[in-house]
Amino acid sequence: MAGQSRLWHFHGGLELPAHKSGSTTEPLTAAPVPGVLIHPLSQHIGSPSEAIVAPGDYVKKGQPVASATGYIGSPVHAASSGTVIDVGPQPVPHPSGLSADCVVIETDGRDDPYVGYDPLINYRTLNAPALRARVRECGIVGLGGAAFPTSVKLNVGTGLKSLILNGAECEPFISCDDMLMRYRAEQIVSGAQIMLHVLEIRHCCIAIEEDKPESHQSLLKALSAAGDERIEVVRVPALYPEGGERQLIQVLTGKEVPVGGIPADIGYLCQNVGTAVAVARAVLRGEPLISRIVTVTGSGVAQPRNLEVRLGTPISHVIDACGGYTEAARYLVMGGGMMGFPLQGDQLPVIKATNCLLVASEEDIRPRSPAMPCIRCGDCATACPAQLLPQQLYWHTQSEEFDRVEDLNIYACIECGCCDLVCPSHIPLTQNFRYAKAQIWSQKRERERSDVARNRFEARNARIAAEKSERARRLAEKTRMLQTGAADPAAKKALIDEVMKRVGDKKDSSAEESGKE
Amino acid sequence: MFLAIVAIATLSAGFGLLLGFAAVRFRTEGDPVVDRIDSLLPQTQCAQCGFPGCRPYAAAIVSEGADINRCPPGGDATIRALADLLDREPKPLDPERGVVKPRAVAVIDEEVCIGCTLCIQACPVDAILGAGKLMHTVIADECTGCELCVEPCPVDCIDMIEEPVTLSTWRWPQPVDSTGGSGSPARQAG
Amino acid sequence: MQFLLTRPPHLRPAVNVTRVMAELLVALAPATIAYIWFFGPGIIFNMAICVAVACLAEVAMLAARGRPSVAQLSDLTAVVTAVLLAFALPPLTPWWVAATGAAFAIVFAKQLYGGLGYNPFNPAMAGYVVLLISFPVEMTQWLPPAGTDLTAERPGLEATLWYVLTGQLPAPLSWDTIGGATPLDDVKTQLGLMRTVDEVRSGPLYGDFGARGWEWINNFIAIGGIWMLYRRVIRWHIPVAVLLGIIIPATAFYIADPGNHASPAFHVFSGATVLGAFFIATDPVSAATSDRGRLIYGFGIGMLTYIIRAWGGYPDGIAFAVLLMNMAVPAIDHFTVPRPYGHER
Ligand code: SF4
Ligand code: SF4
Ligand code: SF4
Repeated sequence: MAGQSRLWHFHGGLELPAHKSGSTTEPLTAAPVPGVLIHPLSQHIGSPSEAIVAPGDYVKKGQPVASATGYIGSPVHAASSGTVIDVGPQPVPHPSGLSADCVVIETDGRDDPYVGYDPLINYRTLNAPALRARVRECGIVGLGGAAFPTSVKLNVGTGLKSLILNGAECEPFISCDDMLMRYRAEQIVSGAQIMLHVLEIRHCCIAIEEDKPESHQSLLKALSAAGDERIEVVRVPALYPEGGERQLIQVLTGKEVPVGGIPADIGYLCQNVGTAVAVARAVLRGEPLISRIVTVTGSGVAQPRNLEVRLGTPISHVIDACGGYTEAARYLVMGGGMMGFPLQGDQLPVIKATNCLLVASEEDIRPRSPAMPCIRCGDCATACPAQLLPQQLYWHTQSEEFDRVEDLNIYACIECGCCDLVCPSHIPLTQNFRYAKAQIWSQKRERERSDVARNRFEARNARIAAEKSERARRLAEKTRMLQTGAADPAAKKALIDEVMKRVGDKKDSSAEESGKE
Repeated sequence: MFLAIVAIATLSAGFGLLLGFAAVRFRTEGDPVVDRIDSLLPQTQCAQCGFPGCRPYAAAIVSEGADINRCPPGGDATIRALADLLDREPKPLDPERGVVKPRAVAVIDEEVCIGCTLCIQACPVDAILGAGKLMHTVIADECTGCELCVEPCPVDCIDMIEEPVTLSTWRWPQPVDSTGGSGSPARQAG
Repeated sequence: MQFLLTRPPHLRPAVNVTRVMAELLVALAPATIAYIWFFGPGIIFNMAICVAVACLAEVAMLAARGRPSVAQLSDLTAVVTAVLLAFALPPLTPWWVAATGAAFAIVFAKQLYGGLGYNPFNPAMAGYVVLLISFPVEMTQWLPPAGTDLTAERPGLEATLWYVLTGQLPAPLSWDTIGGATPLDDVKTQLGLMRTVDEVRSGPLYGDFGARGWEWINNFIAIGGIWMLYRRVIRWHIPVAVLLGIIIPATAFYIADPGNHASPAFHVFSGATVLGAFFIATDPVSAATSDRGRLIYGFGIGMLTYIIRAWGGYPDGIAFAVLLMNMAVPAIDHFTVPRPYGHER
């Protein structure tokens, strides 16, 4: 890929209205620190973190409040100084609307910084594990939306061909990466350099969509200032869902990530540009991940814009910083217009994965018209970037033939929603596929559980049968001995005594014995 | 005439070979039907079907022609799977056998438990730990939710608790309006 | 503040079935005008009867199946079926013939299979074939196209209406004086009489590349088809494959034996070739779904059409070819599942 000259295509995809200009006219500013910060313990992929503070503790800005558990995990840091007032379930931003454990901090407005992570200016003298440890202790996860722990992703061994920084922000309404590239291009370049050092490779490619000329210019400027030959900027055509890791790799390299595999299997590693900035800050300044850029947009908000928001800030506070709601506000979506999920209320915190808050009116999100029967037009298959046959998947999902759905590779579906948008019959295809995946998942789980139960049931039956036959055998032995020993009365008496004694013992211990497995 | 006979003979020989080949090529593993039925049953081992466990029920379906709609824990999905396997008409769950309930696990109130071991004897999958006169506890991961331990407890200290949904077990439900005006009516999300 | 819930994706499709069908009808307009120009006003009556009967049948069947009829009727699919059937009928068709065809198409070929999206056969062609078998006489009496000078007298509006209503031609007219065979028919019979193609083609029925009149109607149909391609109502695979499926064998036989086989241009510009390629074979419900599948499906229709035209018992084979390939669709679909992303080739 070095010396990028040619681009490839991914299958399907859509040209969507970008809806981005609304939020990119205002400059990037920071949202004020709210009175209360809510830090969910599980805001990344992997095992939830464990709280290490208790109500009443005083914490400083950047101090860890929860530590990572498990290899795929990430700590959580206080986004400002203040007192912990609660550790317990709070509603979290999640499509389920469920609550989960959070650390709630009442801020004191002083923003006292925590001193615990030295800046590692000379990171080039450090080895990869040390830098990965820094990335991990600073709580850095993928900021593109998936929130996968970055230290884990960076641990792919050596021999990669290239690092890809994903600045292809294709989803309608979201513009946080665009603003980041405009305002923080030098930090992106520093982040790229650090990651190149960690991965021990010599090529990085920053992918930007063609409809973002400002970002492109500012990155070029930062690059020439840094004078780093290893990093190049590639402009890719604006097509949804190009920001998907697999699609972007396909466009840049012409290669497909094998099913069930990761990009590193074919020699590439993909990171969001925001993640690169977070890495640069963690390493060069010793700053843990306590804020991120959030796009606040949609016709339901008075002044759409991009803000740097402290993690844990309640959404209502962020909206206030944008002039509050307009009359038209009907929906609140976390994420973009295609893959974002709806939230029911605004008393939920901004988390590491919050790239966009879309406050939509009824114009932005029109109600679904009733679905008609599929007319087999095949447009869905033409649009599907995973080259699936959505129409067949839908058919089998409807008749609940989930094994057929699996045969048709439902797992390759990235839930991008392209098929929905081209369907003339307005069938909620993507929703059906999410449901089908859920059903397959729960059926698998049931099957595993029932296999365990079957084994245990059979083991128990075997145990009972064995006990029974053992008892029968002993009984037979006794009878035989009594009969054969009948000649000698003394021996017979001894035998009877022995048996009586054992029965007595048994009575005492019978309860205990039956309790044993 | 001769030609016709040759043609027909060749044709039948050809098809015969094809069928023979197909029989060899696509032979299904000859696992006994009881095993296959058993593999479709939920293994709750609750005996609600009237047989002392799932395998006995599977055997009864084969040997006594027991109906396929007797397993409440399996619900509609199991009935449909059985109907498919046995080529019978699916029918609704026999209400005399019980109702479909969400999966639950038994929890022993350890304060109240007197250590009588009755529940241990009742558990079909040995999922209860404990010794005589000592407090017992349920291994939640192994509990099938069969409720067989609830009845024998002399002090009523066993409760069936529904599994809570967490962020990691929550899944998107079935879309409401997805039948597209045809096909089967939308079922309740499972 | 509380918000309404919506499920991703939140953007909505810009297309709908009604619009797709409406664009298809618009695309047929130029060809309709050309048809009236060459064959008189008969097609207007055919269309009116077919559309009326098809809509009635659709509403009745939907009501009988307990489905909301207004919503389904407004998708215009019944109208499209009716209009395509009307296009396939001879210019002068008694009303009961047209009505039978439309009713059969909707009731048997569409609704009894489960309605829109479930019919394995193209309803318009199923209706057409039933008519061809049940009313062989009425279905093969064609008018010669205007400008052939075969006859001075052509049935006017009144005569046409009279025929449509009664099945009889009004007094001075009779089929002997006004009737004519279709060019495909003609080629077939004449070749059967051991004439060469060139002799046949010198007859008044024949135009520059194909059949007089038909070639112009076909041109206008093609314009409509290309407009549909441009509007993305249909995609190129099926039309191209159908045309190739006819052109390739036609060219091969024409080169091998030009005396006994009509030229590929004649095949393309006569009969229902272009209508079939752009408007009939592209009916999505009864076609294959993947791109590769559609190429196979279209090519199969083209080939079968040629075979039926060249050696079969019927002059034009599009309808039979479409129905035959409809039957092959499940098999085609089965063998042309595309390779999903990330899977080995
Ligand atoms: S949602 Fe899934 S099936 Fe639909 S287009 Fe995207 S990847 Fe394909
Ligand atoms: S786009 Fe819709 S109508 Fe067309 S084939 Fe796909 S599901 Fe069916
Ligand atoms: S009712 Fe209970 S014992 Fe019977 S088959 Fe179902 S789960 Fe097994």
